[in-house]
Amino acid sequence: MGRRKIREFDAKRIIADNILQYGKVNLINNAVLIGPETSLENLPQHYPWLSRTKLVVKPDQLFGKRKKLGLVLLEAGWEEAVRWLKEYHNKEVTIGTVTDRLTHFLIEPYISHQEEYYLAITSERDHDIIHFSLQGGMDIEEQWDKVQKIAVPTLQEEVDLDNRIPEQLQPFVKAIFQLYRDLDFTYLEFNPFTLDQQGQVILLDTVAEVDDCAQFRNGKRWGDLPFPPPFGRKSFPEEDYIAKLDEESGASLKLTVLNPQGRIWNILSGGGASIIYLDAIANHGQAGSIANYGEYSGNPTTEESYQYAKTVLDAMTRSPSIPGGKILFIAGAIANFTDVEKTFTGVVRALREYQEKLRAGKVSIFVRRGGPNWEKGLELMKRTGLELRIPMEVSGPEMPMTMMVPKAMEKVR
Amino acid sequence: MNNPPHLFTRSTEAFFYNLKPLPLQQMLDYDFICRKAKPSLAGIIHPGRKGFHKAFFGSKEIILPIYSTLQDATTKHPVADVLINFASFRSAYSSSKEALESPTINTVVIVAEGLPERQAKELIALARQKNKWIIGPATVGGIIAGQFRIGHAGGLMENILKAKLYRPGSVGLVSKSGGMMNELFNIIARTTDGINEGIAIGGDAYPGSTLLDHLRRYEANPDIKLLVALSELGGKDEYEIIKAKREGKLTKPLVILVSGTSASIFPWEVQFGHAGAKAGKEEESAEAKNKALREAGIIVPDSFEELEKTIKKTFLSLNLPAKEEINPPGMPLDYNEAVAQGLVRKQTQFTTTISSDIGEEPTYGTIPMSEIIEQNYSVGEVIALLWFKKKLPTYFTKFLELSILLCADHGPAVSGAHNAIVAARAGKDVISALCSGLLTIGPRFGGAIDDAARYFHEAGDKKQDPTNFVEEMKKKGLLIPGIGHRIKSKRNPDKRVELLKQFSQKNFPKTTYLNYALEVEKITLQKAENLILNVDGCIGVLFVDALVSSGKFANEEIKEILEIGYMNGLFALARSIGLIGHILDQKRLNEPLYRQPMEDILYQL
Repeated sequence: MGRRKIREFDAKRIIADNILQYGKVNLINNAVLIGPETSLENLPQHYPWLSRTKLVVKPDQLFGKRKKLGLVLLEAGWEEAVRWLKEYHNKEVTIGTVTDRLTHFLIEPYISHQEEYYLAITSERDHDIIHFSLQGGMDIEEQWDKVQKIAVPTLQEEVDLDNRIPEQLQPFVKAIFQLYRDLDFTYLEFNPFTLDQQGQVILLDTVAEVDDCAQFRNGKRWGDLPFPPPFGRKSFPEEDYIAKLDEESGASLKLTVLNPQGRIWNILSGGGASIIYLDAIANHGQAGSIANYGEYSGNPTTEESYQYAKTVLDAMTRSPSIPGGKILFIAGAIANFTDVEKTFTGVVRALREYQEKLRAGKVSIFVRRGGPNWEKGLELMKRTGLELRIPMEVSGPEMPMTMMVPKAMEKVR
Repeated sequence: MNNPPHLFTRSTEAFFYNLKPLPLQQMLDYDFICRKAKPSLAGIIHPGRKGFHKAFFGSKEIILPIYSTLQDATTKHPVADVLINFASFRSAYSSSKEALESPTINTVVIVAEGLPERQAKELIALARQKNKWIIGPATVGGIIAGQFRIGHAGGLMENILKAKLYRPGSVGLVSKSGGMMNELFNIIARTTDGINEGIAIGGDAYPGSTLLDHLRRYEANPDIKLLVALSELGGKDEYEIIKAKREGKLTKPLVILVSGTSASIFPWEVQFGHAGAKAGKEEESAEAKNKALREAGIIVPDSFEELEKTIKKTFLSLNLPAKEEINPPGMPLDYNEAVAQGLVRKQTQFTTTISSDIGEEPTYGTIPMSEIIEQNYSVGEVIALLWFKKKLPTYFTKFLELSILLCADHGPAVSGAHNAIVAARAGKDVISALCSGLLTIGPRFGGAIDDAARYFHEAGDKKQDPTNFVEEMKKKGLLIPGIGHRIKSKRNPDKRVELLKQFSQKNFPKTTYLNYALEVEKITLQKAENLILNVDGCIGVLFVDALVSSGKFANEEIKEILEIGYMNGLFALARSIGLIGHILDQKRLNEPLYRQPMEDILYQL
């Protein structure tokens, strides 16, 4: 998939677990994650400091600017923290244009501090950039010209920080930089971090992204690392199921449910073609009706194609029916090596299984595909449509790829 | 990066990393329809393998050498300067790195999808250092019309012919998406004089070579008159293109479409199928990039639907002279494809009627393996399916199993066990020692069951008087098979025979042939105490009883069954259990080579 945002809790955990391999850095991490299932009553038994120190509590759901949003509790005692957590748990919050509920919180000891440093590491094609400022904090954007930017070319192993970063912070910055590279982070930001009286590094606020393609080489060092959906987007079991299927398969299988109440459902093939189909639907003013994004490619087996189609059909037929019926696109470009007959055999199996629900939901299907064995694949689709009495339009490589979209959109209007 | 207009020519030789017969053959087929004198592949690199891979060049079969290391391959073929790397995402980094470091390789194509960004960045930096090219990761490859094909690009031969990819046109195409290549090849074939070169760079965040890298090559290639690019949301490469355009480094007409405009309708970030297809920032969105490109004087259609018209219009405005058409040679049809299309037929060499491995799962007869397990089939029931090709009544299959139990072993001294032991002690492997033991089974050892079944079946069918039968055998000078025992006698009966008799009398519908054999026994017992119906004889006649009383076999079938040696098979099957036991026993004991003591041999010369 690529770059994935991770929870602040996980970012701090991974850094604390691994930093010592990259230098003698004294870093303190006491973050505890509170999810919907965490029992608050028993927590101080496991973490005695909770009832002894002042605390910071904040949501941990991949969005920033929490302080500005008034979602950070500072310098609270345990009882106050519990009251706050109970008040904010499940509370609906609107950030920009998205609204979602608060479900996960981070709780840490409150550290009174003087200095607030800013450190971020970003990735560019030819180098990584270390961004550093002595004046971190909420207003970093306004202070952006004071941020030092040190570009480190990809193959350069030694980082030369000169005197651009205070001496006492250099071992930490160097260690974090190596850790960033070695553990396949693609973005890391501490705004701010500070040193306590003993000179120990405290990460007050952390934002991080990792490259999930590196699971095979860093999975162990990451530990149990979930990738929650962005704030505002619900996670659906269908997505988890397809992600698991994808992980086990040599082919590519992707699914994102965008709007389960949507009218237009998609079983699309190819990373490039699938975007073009969505664009075409949006260009016809039907963006709001799109229920899901997804694609399968790389010649999946019949069984994988069946599982994929079944998952989409199941979600589609479970959602409330829409007067005039739903639209299903089974479409893709002219494949290079994905066998159309083989993959369609799987899709057809799923259509058969859901035929009654598809008829009940007045689903119309639009098919377009080319590639190895396309004639047989399309013929199979046509026959199935007739046999199952499901309205279906089938076209092949002779028809330009997105030509069927305006046709289908007439049905929606 | 150096900027040669051509990375591949008609004489380019490439290595193929990781033996994948299909894309490899597709490359050779492309060479053939381009009427190249020589295939474009110098060899295959496949760790842990050596030797040759057979492939076709037209209708001629050729062999491609397989090397286990890149170094072996480059030493043997210093002219080959391309590596088509089909390694998996786990190993693509190390093999690509090795290739970039190897002096004779100039271009590395990485097909694997899912290479970590960090590894891609390291390879990019290395390529820059070495002044080399990377295409990919996550690329389907590309086509240099009339010259070279990389892997799967272009898809089926049917597509290649339809889009006339076998001869150069005037359009240089570069796309992030590989899956869209055929679509674009077709669009370009419909609207222009054809593709000159088309490369997919892959949809990762950091492709080894960018859209601009290839556009600049096309700019430098005098045969290319029109540039077409298909991009996606995510990344900032388009701004580099704009910069090059503004600096006058891209002068040829350029049509670009950035897909992913729909992403902006979602309130949160959507990760599309390609790793790089995610707009982290506004400037990386499809709208922003299309707008910026347009403002720089680059031709940007409003949508994919408009792309075809835009290319057509732009091409027509160039007023190029028409290209001369050439006829590619006819492509031989693959045998399997011809069969699938029903164009050829061929006589088979083998026939089987008992089992199959061609469906979703192996079957015994028509019964799938899973049913065998789920329905708790016994060994006897499996023998019924594979030997008799039908389900048999339980008393029959139980009888088969009972026979196996009784014949599994008879101690170390009998000829089969003896041979197996001697072979095992000579250091031979289990299978050789087992065969050595099994080879003694025949007329004198273990064969009595078969013969007993035949003789008693025939005599019983004829309802021959038992006395008569005994006399006739005596006249022929034959021992009656299944009668007589070394130790056991009427007063000291063989317990195994008693149990078999009890079992059959209790479970068989009829025991006609056993009854007949017992009549014969009465007569032989008058001649000597030990001329009893022995265990071989008992199994033999009961086998006949089972066959006849089951009602599942015609008389002709029964004769055939007795004729072709079913019982010998059953005995061999049963006794293999014991023989293997003896062999393993000898190996555990680590017994030395056996030599017959000389005093056991009569030397009479």
